[in-house]
Amino acid sequence: MALSQEEVLAGLAELITDETGISADEVALEKSFTDDLDIDSISMMTIVVNAEEKFGVTIPDDEVKNLKTVGDAVTFITSNQS
Amino acid sequence: MTTPRIVVTGIGASSPLGGTAPESWSGLLAGESGARSLEHEWVAKYELPVTFAAEAKVRPEEVLARPVAKRLDPASQFAMIAAMEAWEDAGAPDVEPDRLGVDFATGIGGVWTLLDAWDTLREKGPRRVMPMTVPMLMPNAAAGNLSLHFGARAFARTVASACASSTESIVNAVEHLQDGLADIVIAGGTESAIHPITIASFASMQALSRRNDDPATASRPCSVDRDGFVMGEGAGALILETEEHAKARGAKIYAYVVGGGVTADSYHITANDPEGRGAARAVRLALDMAGASPDDVTHINAHATSTPVGDPNEYQALRAVFGARIDEIPVSATKASTGHLLGGTGALEAIFTILAIGQRQAPPTINLTTQDPEVPFRISGSPQDLGAGDQLAISNSFGFGGHNAVVAFATA
Repeated sequence: MALSQEEVLAGLAELITDETGISADEVALEKSFTDDLDIDSISMMTIVVNAEEKFGVTIPDDEVKNLKTVGDAVTFITSNQS
Repeated sequence: MTTPRIVVTGIGASSPLGGTAPESWSGLLAGESGARSLEHEWVAKYELPVTFAAEAKVRPEEVLARPVAKRLDPASQFAMIAAMEAWEDAGAPDVEPDRLGVDFATGIGGVWTLLDAWDTLREKGPRRVMPMTVPMLMPNAAAGNLSLHFGARAFARTVASACASSTESIVNAVEHLQDGLADIVIAGGTESAIHPITIASFASMQALSRRNDDPATASRPCSVDRDGFVMGEGAGALILETEEHAKARGAKIYAYVVGGGVTADSYHITANDPEGRGAARAVRLALDMAGASPDDVTHINAHATSTPVGDPNEYQALRAVFGARIDEIPVSATKASTGHLLGGTGALEAIFTILAIGQRQAPPTINLTTQDPEVPFRISGSPQDLGAGDQLAISNSFGFGGHNAVVAFATA
């Protein structure tokens, strides 16, 4: 059963909070992972590994660099759910 | 140019007796034991022959903020907690980053991180292996993270000499300070290796006590019925500083680090040299560096792990240095209370030694049933008075690989 965009956002926010300590309220669709949330590359890869597990998706390494904002990631995960 | 004197201005620990250095010391003086039955599913699952250990009293992940803790193996978590306490205790000194160094040791490194990642790889495949796996498991992870946290840029060095590791790192720190490489060094060591693999391995070599029915009395150094050591975990950290630097900033001084000796047995990878020559030489080196004679020593924190072979071996080594007077020097075998923290043990025992000479009391050695006539150290189940005079104490650590490290502390 596919998750809604809101559910994916909430789930992703949990992973980001767990990795970085950033409050879930800060994690909004328009936020840039690097410029707004100050997430470094190794934290980003950790979040990707955890998101693959949590949402049952595969996020190819080539795709990660296209995920500039939280919204990019939510859209990718929502549209690639099995 | 005269060689600078080195002082201890801060101490910190997370140990089986407490989450801080003062709590660990209080537990030691009160005669507590940190050993308990292990309540992990893996003990029964793997039918481990030893079902207890001296786990840290306070879990490190409960002390550190979650985003900090999850980037650190438990060994580095203990190191961070001990170092933060020591740093605060030293008055959070204002020091040039290029003049602040780190000498922080481990015996084994991030064994939990490594083996958890191996489980993940086998169960879920390589895409689930976390990117931080290697930087968390590497043995220099503690030193590197301390450098990062405290802004230490003079150097960040890791020595690995098994159970001698953190005594050796303190000796190295003294040399680095005397060589002018830094004004302050964060020194010590850590271990978090109470894992089914290490228990199985140490049990397989018959090194661990099998007193599963009575963990609190299992570590009994110098007792005739000792049957092996008890695994412990945790970290100890010391802020070492040149006397000039410490006095210039008005820091409180716990003790002087007056000597250090490091030697190798070249005898056997795990067994002690039966004549204890390497250990005796390390003691003599430490006393020579201190400009002291064996007659000046007022207290000894022995390595004394509670193994049948190790304890009398240490006695023989010390007898070779001190002669018959060894039987008169107040000795503490504090692993009776703490278990054996492997790479963290020397730093914790250094802290105990410093507090002992400062307070003029040798801490008790619990679980002494009938003292082995082969190990007739002057030890006691109660604190021993060290007298009012100047104190000079040594703390010994010996490790697999034939490593011997001894550090000497003085009150003045």
